[in-house]
Amino acid sequence: MTDTALPPKTQSNATKTAAALAAGDDSEGMSYLESLPRRLITLYLPLGIILLVLLFPFYWMGLTSIKPDEQLIDMEKYNPFWVVHPTFKHISKLLFETQYPRWLWNTMYVAVGATTLSIFASVLAAYAIVRLRFKGADTVGVLIFFAYLVPPSILFIPLASVIQAYGLFDSPLSLILVYPTLLIPFSTWLLMGYFKTIPFELEECALIDGASRWQILVKIVVPLAIPGLISAFIFSFTLCWNEFIYALTFLQSTPNKTVPVAIVNEFVDGDIYKWGSLMAGALVGSLPLVILYAFFVEHYVSAMTGAVKE
Amino acid sequence: MSTIQTSLPPGAAIGEPSAWTRLKTNRNVIALWFMLPAAAFLILFLAYPLGLGVWMSFTDEKIGRAGVFVGVENYEWLWDDSIFWLSVFNTLLYTIVASAIKFAIGLYLALLLNRHMPFKAMIRAIVLIPFIVPTVLSAIAFWWIYDAQFSIISWSLIKLGLITQNINFLGDTSWARASVIIANIWRGVPFVAITLLAGLQTVSPSLYEAATLDGATSWQRFRFITYPLLTPIIAVVMTFSVLFTFTDFQLIWALTRGGPVNATHLMATLSYQRGIISGRLGEGAAIATAMIPFLMAAIAISWFGMQRRKWQQGSDQ
Repeated sequence: MTDTALPPKTQSNATKTAAALAAGDDSEGMSYLESLPRRLITLYLPLGIILLVLLFPFYWMGLTSIKPDEQLIDMEKYNPFWVVHPTFKHISKLLFETQYPRWLWNTMYVAVGATTLSIFASVLAAYAIVRLRFKGADTVGVLIFFAYLVPPSILFIPLASVIQAYGLFDSPLSLILVYPTLLIPFSTWLLMGYFKTIPFELEECALIDGASRWQILVKIVVPLAIPGLISAFIFSFTLCWNEFIYALTFLQSTPNKTVPVAIVNEFVDGDIYKWGSLMAGALVGSLPLVILYAFFVEHYVSAMTGAVKE
Repeated sequence: MSTIQTSLPPGAAIGEPSAWTRLKTNRNVIALWFMLPAAAFLILFLAYPLGLGVWMSFTDEKIGRAGVFVGVENYEWLWDDSIFWLSVFNTLLYTIVASAIKFAIGLYLALLLNRHMPFKAMIRAIVLIPFIVPTVLSAIAFWWIYDAQFSIISWSLIKLGLITQNINFLGDTSWARASVIIANIWRGVPFVAITLLAGLQTVSPSLYEAATLDGATSWQRFRFITYPLLTPIIAVVMTFSVLFTFTDFQLIWALTRGGPVNATHLMATLSYQRGIISGRLGEGAAIATAMIPFLMAAIAISWFGMQRRKWQQGSDQ
């Protein structure tokens, strides 16, 4: 078939991008024609400036979270770009004197719950659309794509009254049920791309051997689509962690909040010494995602580019 | 060819299968079960609220009180509301300026990253970090960077002798608008760059070599090879970028909450302010519904972009 010949197919692209990202592609091209000073000006200098700007807020976040208070507010005596006697006061205050661990746990719980539900639903839906080819499968595929384009900003008000009606207000469970609407459309499209690359012949053999559709899905299709599943999982998890407006609207009491909402609402007390713990909170809240990302860069990138290209 | 059942003559030698057996192997019936979980989520928590939101915009519902149908009263009210129009203006300004700059820097960064260099993979991975970190948490870092008293930017500019007193980044209307746009660009550039980079990697280097032999300058190579081949993916990426910028909420909420004097209120934040904080759900829903026509326009553009890409794929084969 033409699957491998077409550049924009998710699978081929995903692996290509991932491989290029992981190993660096060997297409040196015509770059040897350029002299070093020229490369310095046209490549390394602009790239260095952009990277510096992209990373500076994180450096600043990390630096502030270990700076003692007096160095934070005295910018004449101490150079603000460096720290003299780093302290873990802010971080320990965050972890032991606030409900931060609780908020972290809430975020984790919601992200894992919503992601698991979404992946389950998406695997079934993607398999049905791509392989069962039921009546109207194409229409359903297009509808799911449109669902991806519906932003939370226009849904949070009616959803708040739906959640209220179901009696789920102020419960993390409400987020576990609502987040899949953000994740399912994306994961389904991503997985459809992966499932398309699995040869039909494997399924036909299994059907002849008497396997049911469920058995085919669980024993043949899913194991072959593991990279796709990891991509969908990582990306969905990040989206859950990042989500703000639903969490802000649905959760009211302090112990039930997720990290982003709690950071914005609970630390803002007009105190000029808040910055240390605020930055520590932002840093600790970002670290789990950055660590996860470091382990699964290729999967993450293939999810991002795959979803856009498919 | 897709399934085997259809090619078997039903009940050839074994006898007529029971209605139950046929139902069990019917593709449409199985597919219904497979689609059920996804459909349930999307209908209950996406399609239904979407319809409900439009309905609520025609009622005077408030928190704790069911609404009565009031026709287009909410919209009439908004039509005469200067703050609403200010938020529309802000949203358009925010979306257009931020998207244009994100596209320019993102494309430039993608072109840089596509070149051959040491530690290529690592640099590409680092570029995406601003996109990984939750928006609110990086916005909090920007909040501190933009602090009126202890801003590191003001401090550096004073030390360089460029300004004499601190800039009130989030307190002055023009500075506040510029500041939130810059924070949005900072977060959006990695997404644009990495997705465009994926598109760039599918362009064969031999095209550039051939063009160079023909005497093309680097600008001509970009204009007549890179750009045409990249157009379809640019269309898709920019539609997503515009869509997410237009409906942005969290960055504004973390940085300014719409202030100073509503100068950074976007439609989404105004909708939250009126709908949830003031409790006038009907009015908030009307503001949210007013965003839909804009989104439809963006989706239409995306749709035509995809059609064009399909056509390109077809001609490739």
